[in-house]
Amino acid sequence: MATAETARIAADQRTGVDWTPYLTGAGIGVLSWAAFAIADDPLGITTALSAIGGFAVMPFAGAETVWHNSYWAQNLPSLSYGSLFLLGVMLGAFAAAMSARQFRFETIPAVWRRRFGPSPALRFTAAFIGGAIEMYGARLAGGCASGHGISGTLQLALSSWVFTIMMFTTAILFGRFLFGGSESRP
Amino acid sequence: MNIPVTGPALLPLGVLFGFIFGWLLQRARLTDTNVIIAQLRLRDYTLFKVMLTAIIVGGIGVFFLHSDGLAAYHIKPANLLAVAAGAMLFGIGMAIYGYCPGTGLAAIGTGSWHALAGAIGMVAGAVAFAFSFDWIKAVVLPIAAAGPVRLPELTGIPDLAWFGGLFVIGVLALRAVTHRRGTGLE
Repeated sequence: MATAETARIAADQRTGVDWTPYLTGAGIGVLSWAAFAIADDPLGITTALSAIGGFAVMPFAGAETVWHNSYWAQNLPSLSYGSLFLLGVMLGAFAAAMSARQFRFETIPAVWRRRFGPSPALRFTAAFIGGAIEMYGARLAGGCASGHGISGTLQLALSSWVFTIMMFTTAILFGRFLFGGSESRP
Repeated sequence: MNIPVTGPALLPLGVLFGFIFGWLLQRARLTDTNVIIAQLRLRDYTLFKVMLTAIIVGGIGVFFLHSDGLAAYHIKPANLLAVAAGAMLFGIGMAIYGYCPGTGLAAIGTGSWHALAGAIGMVAGAVAFAFSFDWIKAVVLPIAAAGPVRLPELTGIPDLAWFGGLFVIGVLALRAVTHRRGTGLE
C-alpha cells in the first residue's frame, strides 16, 4: 500500500490535482457495474438497515408485530445480501483505515468541537437524533445518498435526481445554519 | 455460476461488495465528518467529486450493460411529495449527524463512536417509519406520484447526452469553485 500511496502523491504533485476523489469515485462506479450485473441489486444502505430495525424492535414489540407490520412484511428482516453488504462496508472501512494507519477512536469531530464544545453527551445525542431524522427521510423518499444519490442518479431516475438536488440544497442550508458558511473562512 | 447470482451464493458477494465500498469510502476520506461538513459549508468538494465521478462512470457502464441485456434497471418511483419531503428531512439529519448512512456505517469501522450513536439513531428512525408506514402509504405516497420515470424518456434527451452534460457541467463547476485553493477543512 505504501508504494501505491507514494505513486499517488507523486501523480498529485505532477498535475497539481488530488486524484483520490476521482479514482475512488470511479472505483464506486465500477463497483456499481458489478452490483447491477452480478448481484442485480444496486448499491444502497437504508433498505437493509430498516430490516435490521425490525430485528432490533422484536424483543420489545414481539415477533408477531414485526411480521405483521405492513412495511416489514415487504422488507423482511433476514440474513440477506443487503444486510451482509452493511457488514462488509464496516469491515472494508476498518481494513482500509488499519492499512493506512488512520484508525483512531473519535468521540467528537473537530468541526463539532469548535462550534458546540467538548461534551460527548451533546454530540452523541445530536448524532442519534440526526441519524433518526436522516433515516426517516431516507425511507420516506425510498433511498439514501447511495441508493438515490449514486445508484438512482446513475440510472437517470427522476425520483433520484429530485432527491439528490433537494437533499444537498437542504443539507447545505442547514449545515450553514449549524456551522456557519464559507465566508467566515480565515 | 449463473449471472445474475441468486440464492445463498449471493451472500458472500454481499460481504465482498460491501467491503470494497467501505474501503473506497475510507480512502476517499468520506469516513471523516470534517470532510462531509466541509462539503456542506462549500469549503471542500471531495464528496461532490466522488459522487459525480461515480455517477458518470457507473452510469455509462450500466447504460451499456442494460443495452446489451446484461443488467436490469431498478428505478425508484417518483412519489414526488414523499421524495421531496424525505430529501429535506435527510438533508437536515445529515447536517446534524455529519454522515450519510453509508459513510456513517463505514466510519464505525474506522473508530468513530459518534457514528455508532447515529447508526443506533438510524435504526430508531427505521422503526418509527415502519410504524407510520400505513399512514404514509395511504396519505403521502399517492400525492404527485409520477411512477418509475427516467429522465431520457421524460425529456427525449438520450442517455449518453445526460452523462456528457454532467461531465461538462461538473468540470466547469469544480474549476469555478476550486480556484480558491486549499483543502479548507479548518
